[in-house]
Amino acid sequence: MPLPEGTYGLIAEFETPTDLVHAAKAAYHAGYRRMDCYTPYPVEEAAEAIGFHRDEVSLVCLLGGLLGLAAMFGLETWISVWAYPLNIAGRPYFSWPAFVVPAYEWTILWAGLSAAFGMLALCGLPKPYHPVFNAPNFRSGATSDKFFLCLEATDPKFETAETRSFLEAQKPLSVVEVEY
Amino acid sequence: MATKDAPVNNPMVDPVTGEYRVIAPGHTFKSVTEEVSRIVLTGHTPLGWYFGFMLAGSIVGILMICVTWLFLKGVGIWAITIPVAWGFAIINFVWWIGIGHAGTLISAILLLFKQSWRNSINRFAEAMTIFAVVCAGMFPLIHVGRPWLGYWLFPYPNTMNYWPQFRSPLLWDVFAVSTYATISVVFWYIGMIPDLGTLRDRSTSKAGQFFYGLLSVGWRGSVRHWVRYETASLLLAGLATPLVLSVHSVISLDFSVALMPGWHTTIFPPYFVAGAIYSGFAMVLTLAIPIRKFYHLEDLVTIRHIDNCGKVMLATGMIVAYGYSSEVFMSWYSASHWEYFMMWNRMFGPIGWSYWVLITCNIALPQLMWLRKFRVNVGLMFLMSLIVNTGMWFERFVIVVTSLTRDYLPSSWGTYRATKWDYGTFLGTLGLFTFLFFLFVRFLPMIPMSELRLMLPQAKVKEHAEPLPEAGD
Repeated sequence: MPLPEGTYGLIAEFETPTDLVHAAKAAYHAGYRRMDCYTPYPVEEAAEAIGFHRDEVSLVCLLGGLLGLAAMFGLETWISVWAYPLNIAGRPYFSWPAFVVPAYEWTILWAGLSAAFGMLALCGLPKPYHPVFNAPNFRSGATSDKFFLCLEATDPKFETAETRSFLEAQKPLSVVEVEY
Repeated sequence: MATKDAPVNNPMVDPVTGEYRVIAPGHTFKSVTEEVSRIVLTGHTPLGWYFGFMLAGSIVGILMICVTWLFLKGVGIWAITIPVAWGFAIINFVWWIGIGHAGTLISAILLLFKQSWRNSINRFAEAMTIFAVVCAGMFPLIHVGRPWLGYWLFPYPNTMNYWPQFRSPLLWDVFAVSTYATISVVFWYIGMIPDLGTLRDRSTSKAGQFFYGLLSVGWRGSVRHWVRYETASLLLAGLATPLVLSVHSVISLDFSVALMPGWHTTIFPPYFVAGAIYSGFAMVLTLAIPIRKFYHLEDLVTIRHIDNCGKVMLATGMIVAYGYSSEVFMSWYSASHWEYFMMWNRMFGPIGWSYWVLITCNIALPQLMWLRKFRVNVGLMFLMSLIVNTGMWFERFVIVVTSLTRDYLPSSWGTYRATKWDYGTFLGTLGLFTFLFFLFVRFLPMIPMSELRLMLPQAKVKEHAEPLPEAGD
């Protein structure tokens, strides 16, 4: 697949989270949908503003946990009842209360790993290269103290000149065109 | 509690609540970022760091010697023998795992309770957890005699056609501790990704950009990512919370499932957990106090943190005290001759002094922490943290040794005197812990920058004055 070329989008830099959220709301209101905000710490209002409400991390975590539970409890039962039955002072082979602890630990283990790696996978990470890093002011600000709104060129409403004037009306510090 | 005794014009005291601040006033997003990342990105490593690192490194050398000799000669070089087959190895294992628990408590339980003061100490408390678990995990492994066969503990298809025994608490331990270690590492790493992104973007050296670039997995601070990240953090916190309670409970079952007097009690799981958190908070202070001084982080790790750690220690210390008194009461109330003798022997037997060391260190002296003046005194709190850690080590010593040396039959009584290899290995793990910690404070962000930014007043989104026109045009 050839690498995409041309403009990825326009990125506006803001001084405060309030300005960013207001700009993001205005952009959503104006009909932009393919956009993203970049902030140095979680700004929930910005996610709301661009219409991102749900994430599937909890579901992935739940499924992982149930799988871990089933895997360990099944393994313990299979080992203790069929594969390697040990008669310990006449106790039943299927002594399920004793199986609870490892099964419980594996529930947590798998749920935790699913939450962590599921989160990364849903975010599309690891992704060392991304076009927004090309904006000259991005790396000094987005992970430190500035707030960014990027309207992406794939949005049907995106029109370089028009979008630029829209963003400039939101009182940003700067508006930069991002190349692939 | 209001700070009436604090000077009125102390900038570290919030005039509204009268509490010490969690973060010094006047900080901006940029200043907290710089304050934390300068420690890692500096080109001039402080001389003190080299000195400490070398010192810790040479103690790791002692550990290497002890472990090498152990592998050559076998566990006979330790003082363990019948009746005390579980000497320093299990004492140190329980002690280290316990220390780890405070890290998880700070990072997980306090996150769920929205105790935002924890933000500045949570990262290194988590690091403390991981390094403590590293030290802890080593002991059972080298204690099994043939550590290269340690993987036999895990269920895997093998040519011997055997499977592990799932009814034994010792096997439960394998799963509890390995899960705990894995989840702690994952939680720690996931929490660090945004800060690694900051370091990647601020690093000026090629090596730094590559190293942090690799570790930060391309984090770019997208709010969609942040939402998922926050969910994942909360879930991991929610999952780590039952781990704090379960790991030490499972470890205590190693003891309480046995029929040994002094071990066979139901108080063990809760009181082991409380003791774990108690010693862990003490270790947080032991680490935090010198680090904040050395790296001038008094703005970010404030008296408030030390005060709060003191309160948690006081509370968990009282639970531990309740555990001790319950043991004494039950040994009388059980009307069991052996239980009664065990308690008498624990207090006044040949190593009765160790019981009184633990009572002094864990119960008597910590009562000083009721005084606010004591809790806000950094030097005294450092001293107290060392005292509590000593006391908690003796607690495990008393539990393991007094019960095993004097069990039911006087003919099987024995003594226990640790050898230089026991002491050397224990000292060595202290060195390993410090060694890893030195590496951590030098190369990774020890204070979570993204969480500090969130705590600043300017991080809040203000409601905009002019409302947007109605949607749908």
